[in-house]
Amino acid sequence: MLASGSAAAPFSSASVRPVHDEFHGDLLEVSMGPHHPSTHGVFRMMVTLDGETIVRLKPVFGYLHRNHEKLGENTTYLGSMPYTDRLDYLCSMTNNWAYALAVEKLAGLVPPERAEYIRIILAELTRLINHSGLIGFLMQDTGCSGTPLMYAFREREKVLDLFEALSGSRMMCNYQRFGGCRVDLTPAWVDSARRLVDAFPRFLDEFEALLTGNEIFMARTQGVGRLSPELAVNAGLTGPVLRATGVGHDLRKVDAYGLYPRFDFRVPIGAHGDTYDRYMIRVLEMRESVQILQQALRDLPAGPIMDPKAKLRGLRPKAGEAYGRIEGAKGEIGFFLISDGSPNPYRYRIRPPSFINLTVLEDLCLGHTVADAVIILGSIDIVLGEVDR
Amino acid sequence: METAEQIRDRLLARFPGAEITVVTNPGLSAQHSLLLGSPHARAIAQFLRDDPTLRLDQCSNVTGVDWPEKEIIDTVKVTVPDPAGGPPKVIEQKNKRLTPAYLEVVYHLYSIALRHGPVVIRTRTGNRSDQVDVPSLTPVWRSCEFQEREVFDLFGVSFSGHPDLRRILMWDGFKDYPMRKDYVDPDDYEWEPTPHDEVLARAKVHYPATPAAPEPKA
Repeated sequence: MLASGSAAAPFSSASVRPVHDEFHGDLLEVSMGPHHPSTHGVFRMMVTLDGETIVRLKPVFGYLHRNHEKLGENTTYLGSMPYTDRLDYLCSMTNNWAYALAVEKLAGLVPPERAEYIRIILAELTRLINHSGLIGFLMQDTGCSGTPLMYAFREREKVLDLFEALSGSRMMCNYQRFGGCRVDLTPAWVDSARRLVDAFPRFLDEFEALLTGNEIFMARTQGVGRLSPELAVNAGLTGPVLRATGVGHDLRKVDAYGLYPRFDFRVPIGAHGDTYDRYMIRVLEMRESVQILQQALRDLPAGPIMDPKAKLRGLRPKAGEAYGRIEGAKGEIGFFLISDGSPNPYRYRIRPPSFINLTVLEDLCLGHTVADAVIILGSIDIVLGEVDR
Repeated sequence: METAEQIRDRLLARFPGAEITVVTNPGLSAQHSLLLGSPHARAIAQFLRDDPTLRLDQCSNVTGVDWPEKEIIDTVKVTVPDPAGGPPKVIEQKNKRLTPAYLEVVYHLYSIALRHGPVVIRTRTGNRSDQVDVPSLTPVWRSCEFQEREVFDLFGVSFSGHPDLRRILMWDGFKDYPMRKDYVDPDDYEWEPTPHDEVLARAKVHYPATPAAPEPKA
């Protein structure tokens, strides 16, 4: 947290000497991406190198920009729900929930207890697949080709099967509705989810045995891409990247949305804010998610899954505005909606966590090499569908 | 946490002469906001960040809203004297007026240290065409850096004092602002003036038109 009285926001864009400099030697400008496999999509980094050291790094994106917000303003409230799946296409369930939460704030709907439990179950399953997938990709970036990613995807496959059984789609779930959920869980689904959750710690142990103590991995990540908590807070970082710096900020605790206050879980925080901490936070968060899932599947109440006041079609919230946010797997995903009383939102804004977490990419990479920049980018966890919208 | 009115009163005491109005939100969420005049906006933002009882250390969300001018018809009852000398008549008169057009930037502020929020602040431009400057809050909260660039890119709000104001999602040569309400998208995104047309025009000058091929005889 920024000490009071400090004047300006920390801004570390170093002054760089001219690229062509006969006396000191030329700098090298490298355009990494947009088709480089380590950029996790179509993302480009304009890197200026002095020898092998990064002295400037400007992210360039927008290759996937389709003006999602304009699309949202031209369709009905419900019509935007399937589009939110395409934001962060690994976490469609949490995107759906954040959007549903904002509309519920706007329209004054309250989901019943069972729907809240279902949402928590699905959000935590999403967190499991996002974090394990991310670690797999991070290992891929360090050069550990294939194996961890395949382990992670083996587990992801099982969760996606559950999503498919429930919503009909593996990744584009389009499942949450304003004031509840679309279809109810069957007892068979709950049983298979319980089996999956109970087996998940074994996978995590296996994963950690492979990675956590690995010397090469530690050498590549410890002390690399260090982030101070002051900068992290000031730069609007959220999610595991913020918590890795030692700031215990988790919206599940702070905002206490949904029924999270009923659950017993801890918020892991890091100590150094480096790449290794960002990896470790995710492993620990998965373990806490397993705890939450076990409690939710144990206590899942019976009852309706929709607010009886909710209208699926022709929803016209009263004029006004609302900002709703939840703790997604990548950070705070929020929706800001302005209603003018018509069936379409007047303004539909998404607060994308990966986009804002990219703000500090340059600060993290300065002084490191290109190979480190690849790992740092991997540990920030971006999905370009959400960065570019 | 203090209400928007309390914050406004405290700010007015601290910054006499600043324009601060509370914009009430008629919706159910009741997230009211503070509209800040441009001259004092950055100083007020800094105060909100550093004030020990507020400590709004994180600017979570920055977004633009386009408000084009809108015609509003007010119905007024007017008493008109009867020219024939009878009792004065009351008629309904419809007055048209235009609401002012402006672009608005909305900031959602939270305190991570004290775990409260949101405090919503807004700044407005003079109009939508030539007075589109508002002060940038990037020097106060670094998180505004990319988000203000996005508002500049998609809405055309110019942030004075922003360290690196460039387009971020659209490409550099793009002309219009796609999130404005009156934006019309081009019929063909793929078309661009290639040298090919000029080459063809030059070719016409240099070489005489080739004689038309004779009609094939039936």
